[in-house]
Amino acid sequence: MADQTANAGGRGIGAHLGGHLRENGMILALVAIVVFFTVIVRVTQGVDFLSAQNITNLFLQNSYVIIMALGMLLVIVAGHIDLSVGSVVGFTGAVAAVLTVNMGWPVYAVVPTVLLVGLCIGAAQGYWVAYWRIPSFIVTLAGMLVFRGLTLWLLAGQNVGPFPKSFQSLSTGFIPDAFGVGKPNMTALVLIALAAVAILWMGLRARARDQQFGIAPEPMIVFTIRNFVVVAALMFVGYKLATFRGLPNVVVVLAVLTVLYAFFTEQTTTGRRIYALGGNEKAARLSGINTDRLVFLTFANMGVLASLAGMIVAARLNSSTPKAGVGFELDVIAAVFIGGASMTGGSGKIIGVVVGALIMGVMNNGMSIMGIGIDYQQVIKGLVLLAAVIFDVYNKNK
Amino acid sequence: MPTLLEMRGISKVFPGVRALDHVDLTVEQGEIHAICGENGAGKSTLMKVLSGVYPFGSYEGEIHYDGALLQNRGIRDSEAKGIIIIHQELALVPLLSIAENLFLGNEVASKGVINWPLAFQKTESLLKKVGLDEAPTAVVGKLGVGKQQLIEIAKALAKDVRLLILDEPTAALQENDSQKLLDLMLELKAQGVTQIIISHKLNEIGRVADRITILRDGATVSTLRKDEISEERIIRDMVGRDMAHRYPERDHHPGEVLMEVTGWNVWHPEQQGRQMIRDASFHVRKGEIVGIAGLMGAGRTELAMSIFGHAYGRNISGTVKMGGKVVDTSSVMKAIDAGLAYVTEDRKQLGLVLDEPIVRNITLANLAGVATRGVLSRGREQQVAEEYRRAMSIRTPSVFQKVVNLSGGNQQKVVLSKWLFADPQVLILDEPTRGIDVGAKFEIYTIMNELAAQGRGVVMVSSEMPELLGMCDRIYVMNEGRILGELSRAEATQERIMSLILKNNGKKVA
Repeated sequence: MADQTANAGGRGIGAHLGGHLRENGMILALVAIVVFFTVIVRVTQGVDFLSAQNITNLFLQNSYVIIMALGMLLVIVAGHIDLSVGSVVGFTGAVAAVLTVNMGWPVYAVVPTVLLVGLCIGAAQGYWVAYWRIPSFIVTLAGMLVFRGLTLWLLAGQNVGPFPKSFQSLSTGFIPDAFGVGKPNMTALVLIALAAVAILWMGLRARARDQQFGIAPEPMIVFTIRNFVVVAALMFVGYKLATFRGLPNVVVVLAVLTVLYAFFTEQTTTGRRIYALGGNEKAARLSGINTDRLVFLTFANMGVLASLAGMIVAARLNSSTPKAGVGFELDVIAAVFIGGASMTGGSGKIIGVVVGALIMGVMNNGMSIMGIGIDYQQVIKGLVLLAAVIFDVYNKNK
Repeated sequence: MPTLLEMRGISKVFPGVRALDHVDLTVEQGEIHAICGENGAGKSTLMKVLSGVYPFGSYEGEIHYDGALLQNRGIRDSEAKGIIIIHQELALVPLLSIAENLFLGNEVASKGVINWPLAFQKTESLLKKVGLDEAPTAVVGKLGVGKQQLIEIAKALAKDVRLLILDEPTAALQENDSQKLLDLMLELKAQGVTQIIISHKLNEIGRVADRITILRDGATVSTLRKDEISEERIIRDMVGRDMAHRYPERDHHPGEVLMEVTGWNVWHPEQQGRQMIRDASFHVRKGEIVGIAGLMGAGRTELAMSIFGHAYGRNISGTVKMGGKVVDTSSVMKAIDAGLAYVTEDRKQLGLVLDEPIVRNITLANLAGVATRGVLSRGREQQVAEEYRRAMSIRTPSVFQKVVNLSGGNQQKVVLSKWLFADPQVLILDEPTRGIDVGAKFEIYTIMNELAAQGRGVVMVSSEMPELLGMCDRIYVMNEGRILGELSRAEATQERIMSLILKNNGKKVA
């Protein structure tokens, strides 16, 4: 016990920050980017970047990237890649449109059917990758072409829409106000407050447990500052949303999925095994882990999330178009790598990926408001991705 | 005969190890000189010094070649002087043709443009020289190992070889391919090519070698002329040393038979028709440490890994019994469930997830042991890790340290902890002390003895004979995929093991 205490005392704030530079740096980067755009947009355009409407937009515009990034993290942690997600978004959106608009299915039948279609697509691709050892790059590149083609065929090259209100609410709906106050939306405020309390409580509990087991905890000052920033941001966003139209359904879905995937990756045996598989597949297999099945499952899961994203995108555009989802795979993969996942597999965190996706989203949104052309936007996003990964590699080699 | 090569007082030190200690070697013009020695005796290191892998200045001593002091800065220097080494692992590009391989890095070209007609013509004449009847355009990967070996020699001839070094050239060859290769060596000798052959196979040495130098523990023991060569003499010179290490004391109380393997056969996973394990049978008792001795390539790792979840090989047949009952070990999961554990010889590639912390590596094979219905308990996981850290004395500031930062001995303790936490009845330890310093070795031995005292069965695969003799209740001797015999603790000596191996070399039915 004596040496552990000595250790705990010996680790200063500097040393701790050095070890967790990436995690804390990500949050700081997001805050810095938000502040930057708030100031710049205010000065140059006279627009409030943090208006309730824009914050709502930010989530609606980027929800699909975040949702798919959750699944993509698992694929990348397992040491693979999925290039087909953009086309799967288009295809599943088209399936939803045909079922709803052309065939008149109700939304409660369409949603599970489309999720099942996504599952089958993911499983089919995962089968070749996992059990035939065809490189995932090839399999999903083929999938990218196949499902883009099938989208065109299914829609006969036309836009199909509009969707009934019930389907649209997948994306553009809001949680109704249960307290009847109107504005601000009390349901939103209560939920956000509960979320903030939960984050603090879990953080404190983890600290207490670490201390109990003699793990050197993160210095109190770092813990306080980080949680203050997170909770303050959460409360601010929550308040803004509440004064506008309340919590978008998408945000709730997003929050639930994020918590679920964070729990899955960090607290379950299956999640742990995916990291071991990505870190050293041979060692994992020789430890009795069914590596093939895990790879298969990560792809199947990716398919489901892509089909959910496909429906959200279709609902948001209120029609299914042959071009829906083009280039999404790049945004999603970029978000995962900006979020700190390793290119060779075996590492990366859900929270990092969500922050990474938000960084991309905020930059998209901010640059659009500033009126920066799509040409420069792409250049800047590319450079940010490169910088984030160079930062990782530099940190690792240091 | 004039002297072509004289190596005088060669010493080579690696951090912590003196690999070569004043080795002398004299090779005469036009002879075939054999070098013999146990694994780790320094044969390969000596050849690397000679061929420039270790450049001049990185070793002590002098090399005189063709009357001049040799000062190689790299392999290219030595190759320019006609010294060419063919390694045990062939250095051919499997997807390229024979002609492309022969002149790789040495292309028949002017100003970077390859003259293919001339290259093919040269290839054909070289192939004729080595007696290989294949088209120059044949893809190397599709040829057998024997033919590939001949291509390596043709490649050496393409570079005007004067001193050809063959490192265990027949280790991977079938009997008739080996004979062909030996014939070719004699033919090259007739053409004036001086050759050095490293081999364990006494019948081959007797057939082709003019003289033989025996190395032991990095030093020259003797150089014998052909008429002085005798099996007994070679064996005595190869192993004649005192027990260098000390082993912890243990009471030996083997109980009933715990694991029994019978009629085990395994084929090579890629090469058709190459059988790696032939009809192997052995058993382990409760509380017993059983050794498997053999030289490199004897099939020991292949035997162990094929039993453990069929992790190696194809067309595996034979039965494994645990406690008298036949068990299915056809996947790693089933093998673990049956009570087996396999500690690999290659901890970095196969045993550990290097970028993950100690705690995660220890629980990897038994995550269910620290989880409730699939949800991990970090607290329990950490307690487990701390327990093993204490029990195994893993030296680390914290169990959250990444294993990549640990020393070899501590890494090995992490791998052992992982398997102990899976609570197996029988542990197969493959080279458990490879690359570990003497102190940590003693700790590993102590842990092995504790495992036996707990009533588990331990199978120890090792290339170090003193270690097997010091630790094991019984020793099986393997060679060329067969178990040749079994020696009890009382019977076992290094001489007997060596003679079992060497006398059976090359006697398989072709």
